[in-house]
Amino acid sequence: MNPKKKLKLAKWGANLVFGVISFVALFPIISLIISSFMPSSVLMRNGITLNINFNQLSLANYSYIFGKSAEYWTWYGNSLMISVLTIVLSLFFSSMVGYALAMYDFKGRNFFFLLVLFILMVPFEILMLPLYQLMITTQLINTYFAVVLPLIVAPVAVFFFRQYALGLPKELMDAARIDGSTEYGIFFKIMLPLMGPSLAAMAILQGLASWNNFLWPLLVLRSNDMFTLPIGLATLLTPYGNNYDVLIAGSVMTIIPIVLLFIFFQRYFVSGLTVGGVKG
Amino acid sequence: MSSVSNSSRTKIYDKAHKEPGRLMKFLNSKKVVPYIFITPFILSFAVLTLYPAIQGIVMSFQSVLPGQVTFIGLENYTKIPNATFYKALSNTTIYVVLTVFILTVVPMLAAVFLNSKVIKFKTLFRASLFIPALTSTIVGGMIFRLMFGEQDSAIANQILNFIGLESVNWRFTGWAGMFLMVILASWRWIGVNLLYYLAALQNVPNELYEASDIDGASKFQKLWYITIPQLKPIIIFVSTITIINGFRMFEESFVFWEAGSPGNIGLTVVGYIYQQGIQQNDMGFGAAVGVVLMLIIFVVSFIYLLLTGAFKKGEA
Repeated sequence: MNPKKKLKLAKWGANLVFGVISFVALFPIISLIISSFMPSSVLMRNGITLNINFNQLSLANYSYIFGKSAEYWTWYGNSLMISVLTIVLSLFFSSMVGYALAMYDFKGRNFFFLLVLFILMVPFEILMLPLYQLMITTQLINTYFAVVLPLIVAPVAVFFFRQYALGLPKELMDAARIDGSTEYGIFFKIMLPLMGPSLAAMAILQGLASWNNFLWPLLVLRSNDMFTLPIGLATLLTPYGNNYDVLIAGSVMTIIPIVLLFIFFQRYFVSGLTVGGVKG
Repeated sequence: MSSVSNSSRTKIYDKAHKEPGRLMKFLNSKKVVPYIFITPFILSFAVLTLYPAIQGIVMSFQSVLPGQVTFIGLENYTKIPNATFYKALSNTTIYVVLTVFILTVVPMLAAVFLNSKVIKFKTLFRASLFIPALTSTIVGGMIFRLMFGEQDSAIANQILNFIGLESVNWRFTGWAGMFLMVILASWRWIGVNLLYYLAALQNVPNELYEASDIDGASKFQKLWYITIPQLKPIIIFVSTITIINGFRMFEESFVFWEAGSPGNIGLTVVGYIYQQGIQQNDMGFGAAVGVVLMLIIFVVSFIYLLLTGAFKKGEA
């Protein structure tokens, strides 16, 4: 009786702790949303505070953004296009590379793995300027392609896919070979589906990296109608001080769709997808 | 006549079917396939890393002024050992140590809990821990600036005052500057790493736990002898990424102080490159610091991976 009660109490405690942690994690976002209804002057004076004056709340910041709706939705579309391109291309190529590094014994395998790690270690900020010059000479400036290019074979994703593929059963490959499958068939029809959860996780992360990317798109995108959301939002900042109000409302509008997307998809990618296939 | 045409037909048939057959066989051999799979990587490495890296190294031996590039040998490198660089390097190192500890251990423990039957609202907790990752550093930093404002009315100081402590001038005090950068990174990345661990936990075979149940293992023993060893590849992945990203850190510092922090409390090595290369327009010197940073990152992560045994064959 007593140990059971103790266990129940421990469970409650653990749930409570996670409840508090979750609230703390969400608190800045909640603050962001509340602040998006506040005038800039109040934010500048008080920061984000616990005493909220509800009389000051208004929709002014949002109506400013929607007043620029045509631009805003163009930026939205650009961000969406670039993110989708990034996800599709980087998942395709990176999973292929990661899988090959994990599953095949070939000359130079360790060398190429080291190379992946090496690229991971090179700060993009160092490579940015020579790359920018390259984009100019190849006339790729102001295209989606220029934005997407550096993310196509993402070393992080390659590294992750390699680590994940190491856990896949190699016996399946031999079995498929005996059944007459080609190496490509093994990858696309058997192994790639087994890598499902890792693909889903990387899709979200690569999508995010692209959605929030700032410095590189800022360099290679030139015209207003090609801007992505973060860059477009930055143009809403005027030189006459920090327009936290507009920036905050714009940020809320940027976060909401991905939050919804994540909440909708998260059960597909974290849990379960492979259970059965990989576990055996 | 007919026999000739017949044989030539066979030849054509042979050509059409045997040659591609041989090609297919070649393209499908276990020796060739891995190289085909990694071709996109090799191409992208050549264009996106090797070429600009070489350009960068060349630049580090030059004095780069608009329209006037001159080779100056090692002069850029001899300028590097200076107080500001050391400050940037020590800031970065402290940041790396703190974030590696926080971002490797905390999400792992959280994942173990969230994967067990103890926790009820798993989906909700997972989601709320991950949602911060959906914000950009710029947006997150903006919120943290407002929460950790120097006013007494800003929320962090309100809480400090409530428990009887003095207000802190967050962005202008040494330890607090580091605290701001670490907490922003932790807030944004714990959920991401949690995700890595949760995905990896799906692959830990249940039989191991069942067997240990029979042996009467305690919860802690299961964690220490089964879960953590099984998670090793992903622990190495997460900690390596954190080390590397830590040395590359720039945005967290930039969003709090833009151009410069008081006494360089928030200056990082990449920040120093940005400051010297872009703002002071000394691209050659910036490139030289970049090369030094690259070497530091390379040596540190290589040693780390060697110590953790990531290069052992078939494992990692």
